[in-house]
Amino acid sequence: MIEVKNIEKSFGGIKILKGVSTVFETGKTNLIIGQSGSGKTVMLKSLLGIHTPESGTISFDGRIYSELAPDEKRDLRTEIGMVFQGSALFDSMTVAENVGFPLKMFTKDNNSKIQERVDFVLKRVNLTDAHKKLPSEISGGMQKRVAIARAIVNNPKYLFCDEPNSGLDPNTAILIDNLIKEITEEYNITTVINTHDMNSVMEIGEKILFLKDGLKAWEGTKEEIFRTDNEAVVAFVYSSNLFKKVREAYLKE
Amino acid sequence: MLIRYITQIGRYFLMLKEIFNKQTKWSVMRNLIFKEIDDLIIGSLGIVAFISFFVGGVVAIQTALNLTNPLIPKYLIGFATRQSVILEFAPTFISVIMAGKMGSFITSSIGTMRVTEQIDALEVMGVNSLNYLVFPKIIALLLYPFVIGISMFLGVLGGWMAGVYGGFTSSDEFINGAQLDFIPFHIVYAFLKTLIFAMLLATIPSFHGYYMKGGALEVGRASTVSFVWTSVTIITFNYILTQLLLGS
Repeated sequence: MIEVKNIEKSFGGIKILKGVSTVFETGKTNLIIGQSGSGKTVMLKSLLGIHTPESGTISFDGRIYSELAPDEKRDLRTEIGMVFQGSALFDSMTVAENVGFPLKMFTKDNNSKIQERVDFVLKRVNLTDAHKKLPSEISGGMQKRVAIARAIVNNPKYLFCDEPNSGLDPNTAILIDNLIKEITEEYNITTVINTHDMNSVMEIGEKILFLKDGLKAWEGTKEEIFRTDNEAVVAFVYSSNLFKKVREAYLKE
Repeated sequence: MLIRYITQIGRYFLMLKEIFNKQTKWSVMRNLIFKEIDDLIIGSLGIVAFISFFVGGVVAIQTALNLTNPLIPKYLIGFATRQSVILEFAPTFISVIMAGKMGSFITSSIGTMRVTEQIDALEVMGVNSLNYLVFPKIIALLLYPFVIGISMFLGVLGGWMAGVYGGFTSSDEFINGAQLDFIPFHIVYAFLKTLIFAMLLATIPSFHGYYMKGGALEVGRASTVSFVWTSVTIITFNYILTQLLLGS
């Protein structure tokens, strides 16, 4: 479980996060949604320790990040898996080397054991014939799957995904969403996803945090988002006719 | 402006400190060092050999053409070539050329990793990204004096070939000149400078790549800025070291 208490973060005198508090639950896909500039990415990067909030606390199963020693922070980071928006695979490494990288860095496993684990996670993300390819030789959807495989290879307790569906076709986007949800449940991970994609909200949003202008405007489940009267949420989520109709159909049921 | 420069210098020294913190596992680091030796040292040998050979030749020809007084002995061609190549051309000007070749490679490769979030990925995993990216370059560039040694040899060889086969001097005269008043400390001075330039070549371009912000355009801009600052620093250090080691 990740508990966020009243975090604030500014850049160049402009407050981006204005005191956000929430809890991201274990074994659930927690989504952060909101318009561009609402503070989603700053929130995610604060959770990852890339940005340091000016006030407030972030605790990982009781461990308050800002109170940890540098070595403890690095140890905590080995419990984190991250899927970046652009996948952030290492260009000079093959798919198998990318996935095995965290194991090579942080375990004492020999090469055959690492290879075994790499094979297992690549199979888990349905990629069995790309081991020796470079990231530039595979499609965007495959790169995302490799990024997920790399994020879970070390059995992380926390999985963060920044716009995992951006730039993907609808079919691949659904596959990626389902894969993240399955992995979250299978390994009982605390998963936090930053997304714009309303399909993801409807498909896998077990807990949704809606940010607006750096503040928590609403939070709830995907069932609750259909029933909410919150104006900001309605204006953002149901801006398209398709989702308006989906909502109407859901409410009629 | 001045405050910005001071801030950048302070940031550079903080980066140097961080490079040596929390070392990457030796089994991983060893491979990274070999890769950097291949990219930075072996990959530079061709261009260094080509430039050194021909510039050595040009130095010999220019010297010969300027020796118009028949009282000035021809062996001065060998002497001037040796002194120019060993003291300045090989250690300093090859380093300025390497600031362009190696430096832009280092800045653009680290800068690209920055803009594609690969450095963030390393940090999120708990890797000391500065140690992982810059430390192997520093170790690889400990072999840089080897490149400069080759440059010295080929520079003098180029001078000999241009002098002899161009009909400006005889082989004996050139070799006599090249051995005349040889001071071994000049070699020490040249390699000492080279080691310091190697450190600058590894770290200044890394600094510009690591702390860059923006996209592809800024990567190109950072490479140019890195070349300018590495060259300026090399030339400044060259002056200071020459004054300290030879001037007193």
